[in-house]
Amino acid sequence: MKSGSNLEKVLEAGHFAFTGELGPPRGTSMEEVKKKASYLKGNVDAVNITDNQTAVVRMASWAACIMLIREGLEPNFQMVCRDRNRLAMQSDILGAYAHGIRNMLCLSGDHQKFGDHPNAKGVFDIDSIQLLGMVKRMRDEGRFLSGAEIEDPPRLFIGAASNPFAEPFEWRVHRLAKKIEAGADFIQTQCIYNMDKFREFMKRVVDMGLHEKCYILAGVTPMKSLGMARYMATQVPGMDVPDSLIQRLKGAGKGKVAEEGIKFALEQIEEFKEMEGVAGVHLMAIEWEHRVPEIAERASVLPRPEV
Amino acid sequence: MIIAKRKPFEEIKEMLTPYNKVLTLGCGTCVAVCLAGGEKEVAVLNAELDMARKLDNNPIELGAFTVERQCDMEYLEVLDSMVGEYEALLSMACGAGVQFLAERYPEKPVFPAVDTTFIGVNRAVGWYEERCRSCSSCVLGMTGGICPVTMCAKGLFNGPCGGTNKGSCEIDKDQPCAWYLIYERLSLQGRLDSIKNISPAVEWQNQAPRTVIQPGYKKPDEAEAGN
Repeated sequence: MKSGSNLEKVLEAGHFAFTGELGPPRGTSMEEVKKKASYLKGNVDAVNITDNQTAVVRMASWAACIMLIREGLEPNFQMVCRDRNRLAMQSDILGAYAHGIRNMLCLSGDHQKFGDHPNAKGVFDIDSIQLLGMVKRMRDEGRFLSGAEIEDPPRLFIGAASNPFAEPFEWRVHRLAKKIEAGADFIQTQCIYNMDKFREFMKRVVDMGLHEKCYILAGVTPMKSLGMARYMATQVPGMDVPDSLIQRLKGAGKGKVAEEGIKFALEQIEEFKEMEGVAGVHLMAIEWEHRVPEIAERASVLPRPEV
Repeated sequence: MIIAKRKPFEEIKEMLTPYNKVLTLGCGTCVAVCLAGGEKEVAVLNAELDMARKLDNNPIELGAFTVERQCDMEYLEVLDSMVGEYEALLSMACGAGVQFLAERYPEKPVFPAVDTTFIGVNRAVGWYEERCRSCSSCVLGMTGGICPVTMCAKGLFNGPCGGTNKGSCEIDKDQPCAWYLIYERLSLQGRLDSIKNISPAVEWQNQAPRTVIQPGYKKPDEAEAGN
C-alpha cells in the first residue's frame, strides 16, 4: 500500500471504483459542503475537491477536504499549478497529509484568464507532470524537490488527469505514459462523450500496457440539459461532444432531456465496467450532487465495497 | 529585438504636469525599428505634448534628441552637456534604456514614454509577435524551435495540457497551442522522442537580476584594478 487510502484499497482489491466530485464554496459557510457531501456519502469511494476550478476563487481545497473527512467521506485533494510555486505546494501537501488527506490529484489548472481574476499572475512554477514527480519523490524518497529530507513523509495516493480528446490525439497516450512514469498511481479522465474515440484511446493504452501500471477511472458527467450539451460542445476547450449525442438529447423531448442524459451516462458506465483497462468511473455531477444517489443506484455500483 | 509600445498619451501628459522644460529622448535601436521610440516618434510625441499643454494654458518647452542606444553609456555621453538645462527627461527607450539614463543623471527625474512589451519578431511592418522571455535556460533544441515558456500560456515543459482546442490554446481560438505546434514540428522531423522523456522542474535562473560577463572579459572595476 502506498497510502492506505480507501480509494487505493478499493482499486487494489480489484473493485470497480466509483468516485465523485464537489466544489468548495465561494465563501466561508460549510453548510453547502455538508449538504452536497450528504448526497455523496456511501455512494462513492472518494470525492474530488476542486482547487479554484475554472480559475475562480473558492475556499482552499485542503480546507474543504478536512471538512469532508469530518463528515465521514474520503477526499481526493486536487491541486493545480496555476496558483502556487513549489514551496507553497510542498507545504500544502505536508499540511494536507497531516490532516488526514490521503489522495491527491495533480493538475495544470485552467488558465487564469477564464476566471474571476483574469489578470492575476499565473504561477506555473512547475507543471502537472513535474508536480506528480515531486509528490512521488516526497512519498517514496522522503525528500523535498530540493533533495532535503522530510521528517515523516506524506504517503499519498497520487492521481493525474488525462484528456483523451484534446489534439493531437496520437500524443495523448504518450502524455499519459509520461504522467505514469512521473508518478501517477491513478488517472481520472476528462468527461467522456465521444465513446468511439475513447474506445480507440483505451485500445492504445492497453496496447502500451499502461493500464497495468496505473488505475484508469473514466470521467462521466451526465448532461442536464440541451443547453449544457451545446455549451460543452462549443465553449469548453478540449471537450468532444458528438452531434449524435446532441441529437439524441434533442429527440428526448421537452422535460425528458435530463433523464436521457442520465440514461446515456448509465450506458457509458455499463460499458466501462467491461472495457479493458478501465478500473472505475469518476462521476462529475456538477451542481447535481443530489442526483448522485439515484445515478449510483441505477448504475448498480451500490453498495460501495468496505475494504 | 525588444518591442515596446507608446504609453497612452494622457498617462505621459500626467507624468509631465509639474515640469515646464523637458528633454524627450529617443533611442535609435530596437524601439526605433519597432516604430515606438525613434527619432520620428520623438517628434510626434513632442508635437502632441506641445499642443496639449498649450490648450491647458500650461505651455511646455520641449527638447528632442535621439541617441544611438540608451542602453550603452558610451552613447549617453553626448547628453551630458544637454540635460542640465532641463527639469526632467522623457525617455522613449525600453526599460533598460530608461534605467541607464536615470543612473547617469541621478538628480534628474526620468519618465518612461513607452511600455516595454517583449522580445519579439517583426511579422510585417508594424506587426510584432513575442518569441522569447529570456529565461536563461533555452530548451528550443528539445522543442523544435518553439518556445514553451513564451508561447504556451501556462509555460508548460511537458505539454500539451488538456485545454488544447483543435490546435488552439484554451485562452484564445486565435492563439495557436505551442505544444500542438511542437508536436507537429517534431513529428515532421521524426524527433518526437525528444519530448517523450520527462522535463524535470526548471531551475529558474531569472528570479534575481542577472549579469553576463562573456568569456575573456572582466567587470570594468576589476579590469581597471589590473586583476
